Amino acid sequence: MGIYDLLFWVLSAIAVGCALGVILSRNPVNSVMFLILTFFSISGHYILMNAQFLAVVNIIVYAGAIMVLFLFVIMLMNLNADVEPQKGQLVQLAGVISGGVMFLVLLAAIKTAVPVSIDTNSIDIGLITNLGKVLFKEYVLPFEISSVLFLSAMIGAVVIGKKEPLTQEGEV
Amino acid sequence: MPVNSTHYLFLSLLLFSIGIMGTLMRRNAIIIFMCIELMLNSVNLLLVAFSKIYADPNAQIFVFFNMVVAASEVAVGLAIIVMMYRKVHSVDINILNRLKH
Repeated sequence: MGIYDLLFWVLSAIAVGCALGVILSRNPVNSVMFLILTFFSISGHYILMNAQFLAVVNIIVYAGAIMVLFLFVIMLMNLNADVEPQKGQLVQLAGVISGGVMFLVLLAAIKTAVPVSIDTNSIDIGLITNLGKVLFKEYVLPFEISSVLFLSAMIGAVVIGKKEPLTQEGEV
Repeated sequence: MPVNSTHYLFLSLLLFSIGIMGTLMRRNAIIIFMCIELMLNSVNLLLVAFSKIYADPNAQIFVFFNMVVAASEVAVGLAIIVMMYRKVHSVDINILNRLKH
């Protein structure tokens, strides 16, 4: 068992364990912490697969920006385990069973897939030079459209998040 | 057995199923949102794995666009959740079933 396999199994165990922690912990703040750990282990997977730039972007965007936003909102609302709404046992069991059945169906579907071994020769694909060339040569239009998407999302968030009396004043 | 494409398929399938289970199990809107993020990330992981296996940088560009969509989704979604909290003082999704009655 090489170092690659060992790291793969360790990172996978961390990712799955923390993902289970996200859905099982009752305190929302703990859920956010577990999700950040999951993102870090996924970033570890990216580094393992020579996608260094994506790993850094994943940490900055997901663990750094998005999860901090979640944490702010949770702390703003003062949520904790005492006010956490819980579904009934039966509904939770139904959720686990339906998720597990979907897992089994897809597992049976991909069980017969021919395993392709990892290509360890291509080590420079994930570098920013390479990705930038592909992004700005072949994906210029989606890149520009995504900037429009960002702008509209920002405007939408501001419009939705405004207080009601303020919008009425703005209209008058 | 050395790690191959099937291992990554299983891992991201497992993470995706955990996300679905969390979405169905919990009533807190923010936790459901986080489970959707987890599902998006499992897809990203699979895209990077295939990019590595077939030595193709296009898949990693798609991961970027996934991140763009996820970020804008979080911005709008959290604004909606904050507004909902302002109205009903709870993030329980069972309160939002008035359309049913």
